[in-house]
Amino acid sequence: MARMKFLCDADRCIECNACVTACKNEHEVPWGINRRRVVTLNDGKPGERSISMACMHCTDAPCAAVCPVNCFYTTADAVVLHSKDLCIGCGYCFYACPFGAPQYPRVGNFGSRGKMDKCTYCAGGPEADLSTAEYEKYGSNRLAEGKLPLCAEMCSTKSLLAGDGDVIAQIYKERVVRRGYGSGAWGWKTAYRETVAI
Amino acid sequence: MLTKRKSGDAGRAKLQGLAAGLASGTLDRRSFLRRSGLAAGGLAALGSLQLGAVRKAEAAGSSVSGPSVQIKTNICTHCSVGCTVKAEVVNGVWVGQEPGWESPINRGSHCAKGAAIRELVHSERRLKYPLKLVNGVWTKIGWDVAINEIGDKMMELRQQSGADSVYWLGSAKFTNEASYLMRKFGAFWGTNSIDHQARICHSTTVAGVANTWGYGAQTNSYNDIRNAKTMLFIGSNAAEAHPVAMQHLLASKELNRGNMIVCDPRFTRTAAHATEYVRFRSGTDIPVIWGMLWHIFQNGWEDKDFIAQRVYGMDDVRKEVAKWTPDEVERVTGVPEAQMKRIAFQFSNEKPATLIWCMGATQHTVGTANVRAFCILCLATGNVGKPGTGANIFRGHTNVQGATDLGLDITTLPLYYGLVEGAWKHWARVWDVDYDWLQAQFDEVPAKAGRPARTKKQNMETPGITSTRWADATNLPEDQIDQKGRLRAMIVMGHGGNTVSRIPEMVKALEKLDLLVVADPHPTTFAAISGRKNGTYLLPICTSLEMDGSRTASNRSLQWGEQIVQPAFESKNDYEVMYMLAKKLGFADKMFKNIKVENNVPSAEDLLREINRGGWSTGYCGQSPERLKAHMKNQAKFDLVTLRAPKDDPEVGGDYYGLPWPCWGKPEIRHPGTPILYNTNLHVKDGGGCFRARFGIERNGQTLLAEDSFSLGSDLTDGYPEFTYGMLKKLGWEGDLTAEERATITRIGGANPDTVSWAIDLSGGIQRVCLEHGVMHYGNGKARANAWNLPDPVPVHREPIYTPRPDLVAKYPTRPDAREFRLPNIGFSVQKAAVDKGISKQFPIILSSGRLVEYEGGGEETRSNPWLAELQQDMFVEVNVTDAAERGIKDGSWVWVLGPENDAKTKVKALVTERVGRGVAWMPFHFSGWYQGVDQRGNYPPGTDPVVLGESVNTVTTYGFDPVTGMHETKVTLCQIRAA
Repeated sequence: MARMKFLCDADRCIECNACVTACKNEHEVPWGINRRRVVTLNDGKPGERSISMACMHCTDAPCAAVCPVNCFYTTADAVVLHSKDLCIGCGYCFYACPFGAPQYPRVGNFGSRGKMDKCTYCAGGPEADLSTAEYEKYGSNRLAEGKLPLCAEMCSTKSLLAGDGDVIAQIYKERVVRRGYGSGAWGWKTAYRETVAI
Repeated sequence: MLTKRKSGDAGRAKLQGLAAGLASGTLDRRSFLRRSGLAAGGLAALGSLQLGAVRKAEAAGSSVSGPSVQIKTNICTHCSVGCTVKAEVVNGVWVGQEPGWESPINRGSHCAKGAAIRELVHSERRLKYPLKLVNGVWTKIGWDVAINEIGDKMMELRQQSGADSVYWLGSAKFTNEASYLMRKFGAFWGTNSIDHQARICHSTTVAGVANTWGYGAQTNSYNDIRNAKTMLFIGSNAAEAHPVAMQHLLASKELNRGNMIVCDPRFTRTAAHATEYVRFRSGTDIPVIWGMLWHIFQNGWEDKDFIAQRVYGMDDVRKEVAKWTPDEVERVTGVPEAQMKRIAFQFSNEKPATLIWCMGATQHTVGTANVRAFCILCLATGNVGKPGTGANIFRGHTNVQGATDLGLDITTLPLYYGLVEGAWKHWARVWDVDYDWLQAQFDEVPAKAGRPARTKKQNMETPGITSTRWADATNLPEDQIDQKGRLRAMIVMGHGGNTVSRIPEMVKALEKLDLLVVADPHPTTFAAISGRKNGTYLLPICTSLEMDGSRTASNRSLQWGEQIVQPAFESKNDYEVMYMLAKKLGFADKMFKNIKVENNVPSAEDLLREINRGGWSTGYCGQSPERLKAHMKNQAKFDLVTLRAPKDDPEVGGDYYGLPWPCWGKPEIRHPGTPILYNTNLHVKDGGGCFRARFGIERNGQTLLAEDSFSLGSDLTDGYPEFTYGMLKKLGWEGDLTAEERATITRIGGANPDTVSWAIDLSGGIQRVCLEHGVMHYGNGKARANAWNLPDPVPVHREPIYTPRPDLVAKYPTRPDAREFRLPNIGFSVQKAAVDKGISKQFPIILSSGRLVEYEGGGEETRSNPWLAELQQDMFVEVNVTDAAERGIKDGSWVWVLGPENDAKTKVKALVTERVGRGVAWMPFHFSGWYQGVDQRGNYPPGTDPVVLGESVNTVTTYGFDPVTGMHETKVTLCQIRAA
């Protein structure tokens, strides 16, 4: 089984937001819910860099560790998913997540935020693959169709990579060696407790 | 940029009311799906579908698989990169998008707009049926009523004020076929006042580039930039305007360890990835280029052989460049000598080098001269006509290249034939219509204010009014407008109303018009901004995604898009609307003589075939619909870098992707297209070429023909003029013509067949024979460093009309007042008045405008798309940190941006940033719906208002027009900013 990961090559990300709208398009994500977003550092200054961020599908995910109802689970592909049937909208996962991934349909106190929503790595949820019930709650399940997340597939500069961790790390390594620079696999240390050695 | 830094909540709370129907309090996806997306898009199909079927499609979402899913291929309707859109369609409903991996252009990628394009078709905010303004109230009417009333009014105005009183504004979003059809419509109606977005986009590029070496287009391609070692950007922010192109540009930077030099007054997202960023003062492009050339000539870094063989007049450039010493360059532009020398070295020594420019260079009073300076830099360093080099002009809209080619332009008939008698006769032959009948459609113009009268024939050969000045042609006194009557009607198809400078003038003009017709998927600014009460019609037009037709990308490749779904709601496509109007006006039979029309819808294929039959001048003759469709089917076979398919492929063997024009001869001879213009290293049958000999044979004793330079395998091994039948005879090649070809040439030539040229030979025989002999029928000339027919034959620096440096105006004044395109251009007087009044003290900040990645053009379409609108919720101005501090302006607070004309003002949010230098402000140009601080949401027909509204930057932009093309000045004006 593959160990699915995301890798954003910050030296290529141009903050075009294709990943953001591709996600909206694929899953019909409503206004106000951002499963993916692009963050820009040093905006407008030399050294400006942008990074596309979503749930990183951590190894030993902190969201799962704090969830009081144990709604998170990790698939065989190492994708971190959750059950909206179990979720109570407490918001603990939002505080635990180092990447700001969990989203809620409502602003409110604990328990009144509605079911948490986040990036599914285009892998749906606990319902049967490609079922209507799964689509209604989590959006489409591209992984079950043998496809990768649409955000990475549509990335304008091939900055955002998705796929088996070893494969995308290899692609990134080759890039860095060839071009002679690379600011590293952002977020990997936090999410996967490893980095891409060049 | 502003809102993205915030949490999603603030924006959500504010926009919750506006976005009702998208998100009402709780966000339950199921109800969301039911209310937007699929349900809306499915309306067209509802008639034939059971509701259950729709719901099934909806439930299955975009990840459906199985036999019921159809994949349709079309082209993204936003920028000119030409990304393939793969649509998944179930039961006539567009349910999802997949990456178009096979396209060599985008390889599956999209930007925010392309990845959200499905929403354009589904949008609930589109015009759903024809509307008419009755005493200030939008009233639903039927199509027949609308066409009848519009036609009657047009005929009435024609009787009173002439055919020229109706202005035709077309679209860079049209297909090639619709562009061509609209230009033909203008000809049949009897006016040359027919224009589109190219006027305000790259008109100066087309004029400048064509006057240098022959054709007004990008010389190479996005893909070819992968070969470049040095890329110089000036006035281009590809990361936001052409994001998918960045894939190829970054490949050059990474794979070749290339230099990426970005010259821009603003530290753009593109600059963030550059190896060298050069900040210079807005409007000083020519001094920057001359500053580079000063070092190049000083150090002997120019390509002397290339200049000797293929360039005319470089010595005249040397004289002008000698004035631009490093000190003077720094005084005017602000760029220090060391940096200038470094980039000059890279561009001339680390080759191949390419120059990339966009609107930052073209939208100036010196736009054409800027472009000419860029071309001259390429010529001086031998950086043109080879892989990795060239003038890589990134055009703005999906088909702005094609719409320009096909003549949505006040100065020419389709394919750059111009307006001369020979051009009209050529097209009359292609259209199979009587030349005298066409001539009779035009107005006679009376003598006015000392200007002579014009006959119908003279008027037919006189360029129309530019789209940048239509408001002046309504507002100015009659005697200043050089046509029968002032402008009284606007027919706008697919063109935003906030895209031209000086909106306060436009608002006055709109209120004076007798008739305003907006044919568009959205109401646009035209519908909402003025106080009109009557005489206004909105016609719902579908997007190009809902129709068949070809599009020409910036690299001149043609791509065929197939209809993804039926037009939504009651909308119709451009072809049908033009047919209905032609029928009403009584010339449909003549206009569609050789075009199949079914149920009022003309065939896109037949339109393209007619273009092929007449498109010899620009090589639009070889791209038959069959060949283009084969290319779309075989996308995967084309090489990523060369764009060529393997020679042995049965369907597309040896072709370049999209048969980039010029694609010579009839489709049957299978010319492969031309991926790189003027490339002498290839045989003409393989897409090679040379500079076009379109400016004569010699001038002042110097030859204008190439010397010792010719395309690979040419039978003629030196320069030669363009071909006519007479020249074929002189060379003894006329025997190669078939009897049929000779008969056609004789028929066209009448008494004098020897004068029939390669461009009007409808048989294609002259082109075919030339290709067989390895020669280029358009001649083998020199490119012109001195273009003597332009106002400034060698570009000279001229300060902007509203300059922050009045001290430089005496030395570098703008051009004298003159009459251009039927109207006065009083730029000189305006500049002088601004200097005399000390405008730069009251308005000390340079104001420039540009693009955001999420929106496009006037933005009505993209601001109506919630997936995009969510990312940019407020109009803003970028203000430098120091300027903001001096004015007590906080990041995110409201400010007034004040302009120097018409007491214009705009209320926008401040984005305090170092992205712009001190004394510079920048605003995006995609917003409208607010006017001088007032929210005009209520002016839109109910339910069609875009999600996000905001002030248009063009409310505060000012006077200034390029003398060659009438391009407006939107990149340098002055403003004052105050906290609101």
